[in-house]
Amino acid sequence: MTADDAAFIEVDGVEKVFTVRRRAGWVRRERREVRAVDGISFRVPRGEMVGYIGPNGAGKSTTIKMLTGILVPSGGRLRVAGIDPAADRTRLARRMGVVFGQRTTLWWDLPLRDSYALVRRMYRIPDDRFRVNLERCVELLDLAELLEVPVRQLSLGQRMRGDIAAALLHDPEVLYLDEPTIGLDVISKAKVREFLREVNAEQGTTVLLTTHDLTDIEQLCRRVMVIDHGRVMYDGGLEGLHAVGESERTLVVDLERELPPITGIPGARTVRVEGPRQWLAFPATASAAPLVSAVAAAYPLVDLSVREPDIEDVIAKMYAERAG
Amino acid sequence: MAEARADDDVRAHPPEQTPEPTPARATARERREAWGYEEATAGRGPRAYRGLRAYQGVRVYFLIVGMWVRSTMAYRTSFVIMTLGNLVVTALDFAVIALMFSHVDVLGGFGLAEVTFLYGTSSTAFGITDLLFGSTERIGRRVRDGTMDTLLVRPVPVLAQVAADRFALRRMGRIVQGVVLLGWSLAHLDVDWTWDRVLLLPVMLVSGAAIFASLFVAGAAFQFWASDAAEVQSSFTYGGTTLLQYPPTVFTTEVLRAVVFVIPLAFVNWLPALHILDRPQPIGLPGWVGFGAPLVAVACCALAGLAWRAGLRAYRSTGS
Repeated sequence: MTADDAAFIEVDGVEKVFTVRRRAGWVRRERREVRAVDGISFRVPRGEMVGYIGPNGAGKSTTIKMLTGILVPSGGRLRVAGIDPAADRTRLARRMGVVFGQRTTLWWDLPLRDSYALVRRMYRIPDDRFRVNLERCVELLDLAELLEVPVRQLSLGQRMRGDIAAALLHDPEVLYLDEPTIGLDVISKAKVREFLREVNAEQGTTVLLTTHDLTDIEQLCRRVMVIDHGRVMYDGGLEGLHAVGESERTLVVDLERELPPITGIPGARTVRVEGPRQWLAFPATASAAPLVSAVAAAYPLVDLSVREPDIEDVIAKMYAERAG
Repeated sequence: MAEARADDDVRAHPPEQTPEPTPARATARERREAWGYEEATAGRGPRAYRGLRAYQGVRVYFLIVGMWVRSTMAYRTSFVIMTLGNLVVTALDFAVIALMFSHVDVLGGFGLAEVTFLYGTSSTAFGITDLLFGSTERIGRRVRDGTMDTLLVRPVPVLAQVAADRFALRRMGRIVQGVVLLGWSLAHLDVDWTWDRVLLLPVMLVSGAAIFASLFVAGAAFQFWASDAAEVQSSFTYGGTTLLQYPPTVFTTEVLRAVVFVIPLAFVNWLPALHILDRPQPIGLPGWVGFGAPLVAVACCALAGLAWRAGLRAYRSTGS
């Protein structure tokens, strides 16, 4: 792995400040500065798949737009594959693929195949590569039946699959996905995830995806970045997120009969009692085994299960703390 | 496949025949070195790069135009009706002037053939630009709804994409009208066709189209800041062509000064046409001023290009 590969995407103290003009009275305008991205730094090695999450207006899309060269950063340094995106936008464009979940790049009134033909000529993809890539996308994304269908007749899920294929025909080294599963049904989501996993594993494509669906992250990304108010609040593995968020796992125990709340178990506290069933919360970082044996030793245990913390709760908690 | 062939010429090293998809990481790197016109012109200086980029722009323009024409043909009846409607509207436009001449013999000292000559040249020059660049005025919509983003992530010049966006073949109507009227006027004009006048006619049409194009592009650039300014742009482009259809003698000196020195619309047809028609130049301009049209056109295009770049850099996209 070369130095270029270790820091394929380099973001150093990047800022984006928008000046918003607001009408205040008939002629007078108020100017206000909005810091959409407020000093973000991170590095992504080549071939990694990173989830980028945060609430609406956190600065996710703005970051992606700076990484693709659409927006010029107000400050900081930004490099993708050693290229400054804003200065060398078209050069970088050939090496990246972008899917905006809410905007299709396909041609509404023409068969899907025609959109791909345009991509081939725009990106000047050699014929043999194009054939191989199209075949692979068609197979994995299940597009064979759709190639001759005008895009306007496709369902949302079909169109999204079509869009993802269009972004990958030129073998991009990096793929940005902005809400790739938004509005899709369960089956389409699964298909898209499966495909992304495959592309990442086989082609070594670096993938950066923003999403509101945390299942996307759980199933695809080993690394997740949480962003809020234009800053990185967390950057690391999904498991680590639990530790940082001080989230708790829950041990659900079924006892033989109704008993007063369980006490005297170190590291756990009873949070709920409902007949013979009781809920014990303990830190997500701790092991459940000593807890189970401690409960079994002191109480008539019939059955038990462990509930993992809901990542959504963890993140909601992080936002709340930040705001508070 | 002529285009595919042309691509091969500009590639520095055509990619090796890879028999089967070898590990993509390696091939991606190979291709990166072989593909781009940036790489293809590496070491050949900025002129080679700009030349190839311009070539790419034109090529992509026609690719997108082709897509739009095919899209239009998905609604063939609608296209036919729109085209006919367009022809009728442009025809009626001239009917106003024809009607005027049924009551008077001269307008501002110009006879029917001469006014038709002005109308024809203005309409032809504008028609060419409207067909090729008219879509740029729609850019405000793309700026507002954020679909501009999808154009910016492609490895081809944005201006070419914007100009070709929603290409409307029905705009041919105005060119047809302009050329017909120009032809009629040439048949009825009493002009001493010296070589400089013969030369000036095509030069005037091309320069005029270029001046209008620079207005379209500058107006489009302005919409990066004010995305609802399409109307302002139309007042210069569509408004400009209407102005130029009448003889300069019917306007005040303030208007004339403005269209010579501020927004040089007068160079589209007035000043060159006055030389062809052997009439004195307005507001004390020298007789050769009409020959300045190509220079003015080049200057306008350069300024419009700068404005376009500045606009693109100021693009703010939308929230999502």
